[in-house]
Amino acid sequence: MGLFLTGNELAESFMIKGVYKLPFQFLGGDVWITTTAISSWIITIMILAFGIIVGNKFKNADEIPTGLQNFIEMAVEALNGMADSILGENRNRFINYIGTLFIFILTCNLSGFMGMRAPTADYGVTFCLGFFTFAIVQFQGIKNHGAGHFTGLFQPLPVLFPINLIGEFANPISISLRLFANLLSGVIMLGLWYGMTPLLAQIAVPSFLHAYLDLFSGAIQTYVFCMLTMVYVNDKL
Amino acid sequence: MTNFTGHDFIWGCSAIGAGLALIAGIGPGVGQGIAAGYGASAVGRNPGAKSDITSTMLLGQAVAETTGLYGLVVAIILMFVKPFG
Repeated sequence: MGLFLTGNELAESFMIKGVYKLPFQFLGGDVWITTTAISSWIITIMILAFGIIVGNKFKNADEIPTGLQNFIEMAVEALNGMADSILGENRNRFINYIGTLFIFILTCNLSGFMGMRAPTADYGVTFCLGFFTFAIVQFQGIKNHGAGHFTGLFQPLPVLFPINLIGEFANPISISLRLFANLLSGVIMLGLWYGMTPLLAQIAVPSFLHAYLDLFSGAIQTYVFCMLTMVYVNDKL
Repeated sequence: MTNFTGHDFIWGCSAIGAGLALIAGIGPGVGQGIAAGYGASAVGRNPGAKSDITSTMLLGQAVAETTGLYGLVVAIILMFVKPFG
């Protein structure tokens, strides 16, 4: 099936693979269900199940939180604090999107622990996330500044228009490439390790690599993606 | 060397180019080291602000890493996507 890293094929082990070919063509090309799509479906189902469990838990929330409720309240407070530090009083307008983004990217980055190929190690996924940021930034710019959003591109000198335009379009490319390349480097390093070492070295040793490449790097990049999204949005408010 | 074709030459040059692209890793290494050094000296001056300093330093380092990752992306494209042959 090719969803899980087997370690048998060296270069194959970190490539995106097609699992099922759909019986139609789109723009003259074949359409495949890839490992990325299946991994993100699994992750979506996990997040949905977790959300339903948490929602049921909070229908009869305790006055003094314990266990799961305690953890969720801490997580929400941490997210609110993160958004507060950038957005300030506008936090409540964007916390839903930022929180969704944070949970999805974090779960995707940590999915290497479950043997899946991280969906964020596919440029198709991260480019879409970067494009959402771009769309929100442009929408807020037009909504809050009107025509000034476009005339601002000619500031301070009209000669600088091409540079300002490139700067505007470079933001989504830059944040999506950052997330993609970090996760891809982790996937490649682990693929090389699983493909090149003997079976004995695959028992406990990769846990250190997973701890750095999946947990540390993935968490930092999730934080950076959300922070930069908020910084770009805050510029246009 | 008898069966050395133009395709092989382009493939070899792509491999050399992928290696050269990873020279880009020097810049982020130096930059992250400088950031970590200033972070350490800031913690030395003001140990109470350790968590704020650490999170700011990690955010800056993760952003500074980007140029090196662009080199990695170029190298991976040269090696696996093979745009020139």
